[in-house]
Amino acid sequence: NALSRGLLALLARDRIDEDTWEEFEDTLITSDLGVGPTTELVEALRTRLKVEGVADPGAARRVLREELLRLVDPTMDRSLATEPGTDANGAHVPAVVLVVGVNGTGKTTTVGKLARVLVAEDKDVLLGAADTFRAAAADQLETWGSRVGVPVVRGAEQADPASVAFDAVRAGQQGEADVVLVDTAGRLHSKTGLMDELGKVKRVIERTAPVGEVLLVLDATTGQNGLTQARIFREVVDVTGIVLTKLDGSAKGGIVVQVQRELGVPVKLIGLGEGVDDLAPFDAEQFVDAVLSEA
Amino acid sequence: MFDTLQDRLNSAFKSLRGKGRLTEADIDATCREIRIALLEADVNLSVVKEFVGAVKHRARGTELSGALNPSQQIIKIVDEELVAILGGETRTIRFAKKPPTVIMLAGLQGAGKTTLAGKLGRWLREQGHSPLLVAADLQRPNAVNQLQVVGERAGVHVFAPEPGVTTAGGADQPTGDPVLVARRAMYHAQQKLYDVVVVDTAGRLGVDEELMRQAAAIKAEVRPQETLFVVDAMIGQDAVNTARAFAEGVGFDGVVLTKLDGDARGGAALSIAKVTGRPIMFASNGEQLTDFDVFHPDRMASRILGMGDVLTLIEQA
Ligand SMILES: Nc1nc2c(ncn2[C@@H]2O[C@H](COP(=O)(O)OP(=O)(O)OP(=O)(O)O)[C@@H](O)[C@H]2O)c(=O)[nH]1
Ligand SMILES: Nc1nc2c(ncn2[C@@H]2O[C@H](COP(=O)(O)OP(=O)(O)OP(=O)(O)O)[C@@H](O)[C@H]2O)c(=O)[nH]1
Ligand SMILES: [Mg+2]
Ligand SMILES: [Mg+2]
Repeated sequence: NALSRGLLALLARDRIDEDTWEEFEDTLITSDLGVGPTTELVEALRTRLKVEGVADPGAARRVLREELLRLVDPTMDRSLATEPGTDANGAHVPAVVLVVGVNGTGKTTTVGKLARVLVAEDKDVLLGAADTFRAAAADQLETWGSRVGVPVVRGAEQADPASVAFDAVRAGQQGEADVVLVDTAGRLHSKTGLMDELGKVKRVIERTAPVGEVLLVLDATTGQNGLTQARIFREVVDVTGIVLTKLDGSAKGGIVVQVQRELGVPVKLIGLGEGVDDLAPFDAEQFVDAVLSEA
Repeated sequence: MFDTLQDRLNSAFKSLRGKGRLTEADIDATCREIRIALLEADVNLSVVKEFVGAVKHRARGTELSGALNPSQQIIKIVDEELVAILGGETRTIRFAKKPPTVIMLAGLQGAGKTTLAGKLGRWLREQGHSPLLVAADLQRPNAVNQLQVVGERAGVHVFAPEPGVTTAGGADQPTGDPVLVARRAMYHAQQKLYDVVVVDTAGRLGVDEELMRQAAAIKAEVRPQETLFVVDAMIGQDAVNTARAFAEGVGFDGVVLTKLDGDARGGAALSIAKVTGRPIMFASNGEQLTDFDVFHPDRMASRILGMGDVLTLIEQA
């Protein structure tokens, strides 16, 4: 593969020249890692190779993998807050997961797949269709609900999304659901009106139950704009985790490295297809190996 | 860090005066900055390299003019090269001599195909056509309903003989065959004298060979005048792989860039235009049916470089 070829070429020369390093950076850039992290990674690698006097390609590759893994940080807490609780009066409070992101990243699908995972853990799950905007969005969520055997609370077409979310969480509380998953409409982070609306959805839910988990769904094909998306969504609704979808395609999703590093928000789940079982926990080592596989 | 290419270049040129020719070292320094700026705009790396090579070549032979400082002069070259690629062959829909004209939409999941079908429907209707939208995505949950709603909003008819995946139809069971729907749609359009047929298809990955074959089969059935590759402006380095996969697997005649109402630089536009040689025909810039425009190469060039005002100034110089 290109990366090990690059490394081999690099190690075959007595003096590693700038062109070689550039070639090497290139292989990382095509994973959407970004110019900044790539430069940093290559710097770190250069230093280590020099200090440790690494000469064989196998060892150099291990060093690279280590450095990249360090950037992705396997020690981050990637667990999901899905345990219900009780309020000050001892009343049942469901865990609430709010799912947000720009248009078409896979929010509704992720809600469906996540419901499946939670049902398999014997949890009582309820879905809230707070996307009242996109054509047939609530129908889509309802189909997912019936796929995984979970009820859906929906409102009238073009209803206020905050009120639908409120109703869903209220229904979850009254029905003693363990988890309420709230799907929201896709919105570009640059649209302040829509972002304000999202902030309101969260605040209104919190009259009934704290939102323990806010998942930002990022599409793995997304380039450098993903970092801006994450930054602004975090400002508005305090994102607690990233779901990286469509990793079953050819995109590597390298932008999440910057997201994690700059915002400290961990990737928690990955989407690997359109089927009910195509959701998996994020695994830093697998992710790194995929980035390096044919970068 | 510098925010704009302009800042970067100015700093690379600090010691220069607007005289004579640029030295090789100046050109190298500039090209490094251009490379970074394009990568940060998500232009594919292989495209960046080729592009920077071309800029370098032109910069070498350029006499510095009095009106522009050296960095502006290079930016002018960069801009011209960008527009040349982005606007290579601008055109709009080619209509069939014998109607109906068929427009088929293809692209990755969530790119904006179904929304675009509604936009095209409305746009065509306003131009006096009688378009028919065809629901050939029987895979995504409620894709058919979505197209029906969109069609209603656009005031155009939707041909949807199969419900696709819905709660009623058994949520796990895709009903019907999209290739068959496509064939029936053509018959229906001929019978009812629709003069444009817009075929919405399921989202699919470039690496999904089975679904790529399905798209090719739909295409063979409807024989479109225009197969449009619909792509999200936020896409990163993968744009090139995906565009190539669609070009080879289905074949397309034009590109539609969606979600341009966001703040992504949209470097993919350059990558796709360069790698496939297909024109970018339309820009989709919002969720409303009216958020739709023909593509403007010059605006896209400024956007990729992140320097609208500067370019206007340079144009005038
Ligand atoms: N291949 C693949 N496709 C996915 C994945 N997740 C979602 N999709 C597809 O992506 C498309 C968009 O998914 P949705 O769940 O509707 O996305 P969304 O974020 O809810 O979209 P909006 O509500 O319109 O913003 C659909 O065709 C899904 O089937 C994934 O992990 N892999
Ligand atoms: N902001 C913005 N959103 C858009 C634009 N075009 C489409 N969308 C939104 O993007 C999401 C996906 O659009 P769809 O039309 O369902 O995309 P698709 O390609 O048909 O998706 P699949 O059928 O699942 O592959 C929806 O939320 C749309 O409202 C656009 O130009 N700007
Ligand atoms: Mg949705
Ligand atoms: Mg669609």
